[in-house]
Amino acid sequence: MSRMDIRGVSMRYGKNNALQDVTFSLEGNQIYGLFGPNGAGKTTLLRIMSNQLFPETGQVLLDGESVVENDRALRRIFFVGARNLYPDGRSVGKQFAQIKMFYPTFDLEEAGRLSDAFGLDTKARLGSLSTGYQSIFRIVAALCSNTPVVLYDEPVLGLDVNHRERFYGELLAHYVKRPQTILLSTHLIEEAAGLLENVILLCKGKLVLCKKAQDLMERGYTVTGPQGLVSRYAQGKQIIGSEQLGGMKAVHFLEESPESQLPPGLERSRLTLQSICLYLTKEERGEKE
Amino acid sequence: MQLSFQEEKPLYLQIAQGLEDGIVSGAFSEETQIPSTTEISVTYRINPATALKGINLLVSQGVLYKKRGLGMFVAKGARQTLLQKRRESFYQSYVKTLIQEAKQLQLSREEIVALLERGLNE
Repeated sequence: MSRMDIRGVSMRYGKNNALQDVTFSLEGNQIYGLFGPNGAGKTTLLRIMSNQLFPETGQVLLDGESVVENDRALRRIFFVGARNLYPDGRSVGKQFAQIKMFYPTFDLEEAGRLSDAFGLDTKARLGSLSTGYQSIFRIVAALCSNTPVVLYDEPVLGLDVNHRERFYGELLAHYVKRPQTILLSTHLIEEAAGLLENVILLCKGKLVLCKKAQDLMERGYTVTGPQGLVSRYAQGKQIIGSEQLGGMKAVHFLEESPESQLPPGLERSRLTLQSICLYLTKEERGEKE
Repeated sequence: MQLSFQEEKPLYLQIAQGLEDGIVSGAFSEETQIPSTTEISVTYRINPATALKGINLLVSQGVLYKKRGLGMFVAKGARQTLLQKRRESFYQSYVKTLIQEAKQLQLSREEIVALLERGLNE
C-alpha cells in the first residue's frame, strides 16, 4: 500500500500561477477524484506527481521518498496523460510490450483480454486510432499496470457512454482484486461520484478542499421557500450559493450537521457532488451571477 | 414521491435499503448468501467501501451475518424483523408526510379519510 504526500507545491508558467502552495496527501489504496474548472492546474499537478514536470517549490513524496529522478519510485506510479506520448507508428500490442519493460508489474495477458473487451485492435498503429480509442488504449494500459499508484488525467475523454460505463466497472473490478491508490481527474463529476472515497478540488491553482466524498455529500443541501423565511433560516450557516426567483429563494449550504426538522414552509433537497464543486469554485473563478 | 425521497439518501443507505427490499420480497431468503461487496460494487459502480458500509449496517442490526470464509448470509427471522421495523416507520415516513401535504392543500379531516378509503378500495 503506497501513499503520496504533496507538500507546498507551486508552479508558474510566465506570470501565470499554475499551482500555489498545494498540500495534501493520498492515503494508500483509496480512490480519489480530482476536480476543478478548466485551468485549475489539474494536469500540471498530475505531471508534477509523476516527475514529468519539476515544481518551482515544494516536493512530492511516494512513501516518504521524493519522486524526482527516482526510477524506483517512478516504476510504482503509472500516469495516464490526456495526450499520447508514444510514437504514432507503433502498434498497440508493441506499445504494451514497451510499457512492460519499464513497469515489471504490467499484465500483458490482461491487456489482451481488456483490449478485446473494449474492441481495441492490438495490431492497429497508435496514430491511426480515433480520439475515443486513444483514450481506450491509455485506459487499458493503466488498468493493467498493477502499480501501487495510478494517476488518470481525463481518462474518459471522447468515450461514449457504453465505454465509460465499462471503464468504471473494470476500474472497480481491478481495484477490488488488487487495491491501488488511484487519482482520477475528470469533468464528469456525477459519473465518478459513486466510485470515489475522497474528493480533491482545485481552482485557479489553489487547493479548495481534500475531503471524504461521503462527508461532503452529507453536508451539502439546498433550502427553498419564501425569501424572508429562507434568509432567517440561513443566519449563521455556511452558505455556498443562492438563487432567487421572485419572492422564492433557494440557498445552498455546506453544514456539519444539518438539523432534521425544518421550520414549516421550507423544503430541503440534497446537493449533488457536482453542484457542491460548482458552488465552491464560483467565487474563486470570479464569475458574476 | 417515494423515489425522489430515496435519492435523497446517501449511497450506503440506498444499498442497505435495496438489500432490505430483497429480503422483504423474498428475493434473498433466510440462510442464503447475498451478493458480495465486490459484486455490488462492480454492478452499481460504487466504491467497495460504500457497499461494505451498507452491508455492515445490516450486520449491526442483526439482519445479515458473516460466515467466515464464505460471505454474508441473511439471518434467520430477518424478514420478520424488517417487516416490524418498516411497520413502525410507516407512520413516520408516510402518514406524517401525507397529513402535512393534506394540510397544505387545506383538505378537511373528512376529505382525507374519504381519500384513504378510496385508496383502500382501489
